[in-house]
Amino acid sequence: MAQYLMSVWHDGEYEVDFSSDDNQRRFAQVGKFNEKLQAAGAWVFANGLMPASSATVLRAKDGQVSVTDGPYAESKEQMGGFWVIEAPDLDAALEWAKGATVACEDAVEIRPFQTGE
Amino acid sequence: MSDDLEAVFRREAGRCTATLIRILGDIDLAEDAVAEAFTIAAERWPITGVPPNPGGWITTTARNRAIDRLRRESTRRDRYLAAHRLVDGDDMTSDDHHPEFADLDAFVDVVADDQLRLMFLCCHPALAPDAQTALVLRLLGGLDTPEIARAFLVPEATIAQRIVRAKRKLHDNHAAYRIPPSAELPDRLHVVLAAISLIFTEGHTATSGDGLIRVDLSAEGIRLGRVLVELMPDEPEAVGLLALMLLTDARRAARLEADGSMVRLADQDRSRWDAALIAEGHELVRACLRRDQPGPFQFQAAIAAVHADAPSAEATDWSQIVALYDQLYSHRPNAVVAMNRAIAIGELDGPHAGLAAIAAIDDELLVDYQPYHAARADLLARAGHRDDARAAYDRAIELTTNTTEADFLESQRAALP
Repeated sequence: MAQYLMSVWHDGEYEVDFSSDDNQRRFAQVGKFNEKLQAAGAWVFANGLMPASSATVLRAKDGQVSVTDGPYAESKEQMGGFWVIEAPDLDAALEWAKGATVACEDAVEIRPFQTGE
Repeated sequence: MSDDLEAVFRREAGRCTATLIRILGDIDLAEDAVAEAFTIAAERWPITGVPPNPGGWITTTARNRAIDRLRRESTRRDRYLAAHRLVDGDDMTSDDHHPEFADLDAFVDVVADDQLRLMFLCCHPALAPDAQTALVLRLLGGLDTPEIARAFLVPEATIAQRIVRAKRKLHDNHAAYRIPPSAELPDRLHVVLAAISLIFTEGHTATSGDGLIRVDLSAEGIRLGRVLVELMPDEPEAVGLLALMLLTDARRAARLEADGSMVRLADQDRSRWDAALIAEGHELVRACLRRDQPGPFQFQAAIAAVHADAPSAEATDWSQIVALYDQLYSHRPNAVVAMNRAIAIGELDGPHAGLAAIAAIDDELLVDYQPYHAARADLLARAGHRDDARAAYDRAIELTTNTTEADFLESQRAALP
């Protein structure tokens, strides 16, 4: 079994707002998708993130750690949440990623974790 | 390399590599092992003669060499395990084992499936089309990096990097080495067909450079198409693609003048079309019709067959071609199909009808598509709109990267009244 990161991406800032119809629909879809992941034994972890503006970046250099406000990447596209899943191979992982993007209605990037080899 | 060995290499390299990847579970190891086996063959065969089953000989030799190497280099745990597993798998790996004595049939039996596995691996949808085609040519076609680079007219370093990246992506992502299950097969097969079609088309009309036709890639596309049909005889779209390539390639000799300039389909000397290729293409199209599971490549092959049937351009059955484009469009509703349908309507009902059909297409999608502007220019010229035709030719020439095609368009523009 290999592990993959499925990260959710979107443009710009967003509000964490559970009340709108759109978000209600997406939360319900993602909830169902997560149940499927768990039933299949593919679930490792998943959650949504607070907006990128809530991020802080720390950098260690020559024993000194600097702290800066805001996300690392200055781009418009930011990660909004992620899953960590377990799958036997790329095809199975892509199948989960399809389900993920359909459920959350955002772009999903899938990327393998490093293995110990 | 001697001619014999060169011929064996062209025929067997893909098959051997495909089997070795399954045995070794690693593309690079498989490639190295196959290359090493061919080096040994180059030393031995001039003395011993070519063995009766050269592919089996290469596969067995490569396998034994790879196992030797795995043993020597088993510092990494996974490779050690791989070597161990192979040794445990059967007892054909002892040091005194010689491939000449081996039961080669056992290997050859599974080679067919291995080649299919390799096609689906190279054409994995997670890879970009240019990476897919490079990988297919390298692993299944046995072409080396400089050959692929020359064929696509891109720098060697670009192709080398493309191949390395593609292999690494497949490896890092744990891509499976298998034929996709039937539920996924239609989509996955379409990617394979598209890659082979791309290889053929790149040979048929070079996207850039001086020569319009680079024979090698068309021939390689057809060869791969034949392999695929042999491996998947029940897939009508694979048969359709092969038929399309054969019927298109049949016109090759008539596509260029002696001076290398391009000849339009309508102006081609049809006596120079290859009758044997046309007959084979027709037979395949008929087989598809009997099966009655239509698809995009089969419709395109049927269209090519209608062209091939016509003794002259004037005798072309344009109503049938328009009907086939209608069906193709219902399967693949995209702007390029709509444009080709409009060209056929222009032949059937005249340039004004063709222009109306082409105007109905959302040209946002075609704004940088050279054939669209070339087709529009031709229709405008025939409809008598000289200035608009000139502007369309200007745009088409601007978008053309192939000098032969640019020369042709310039001569068309110069011929405007």
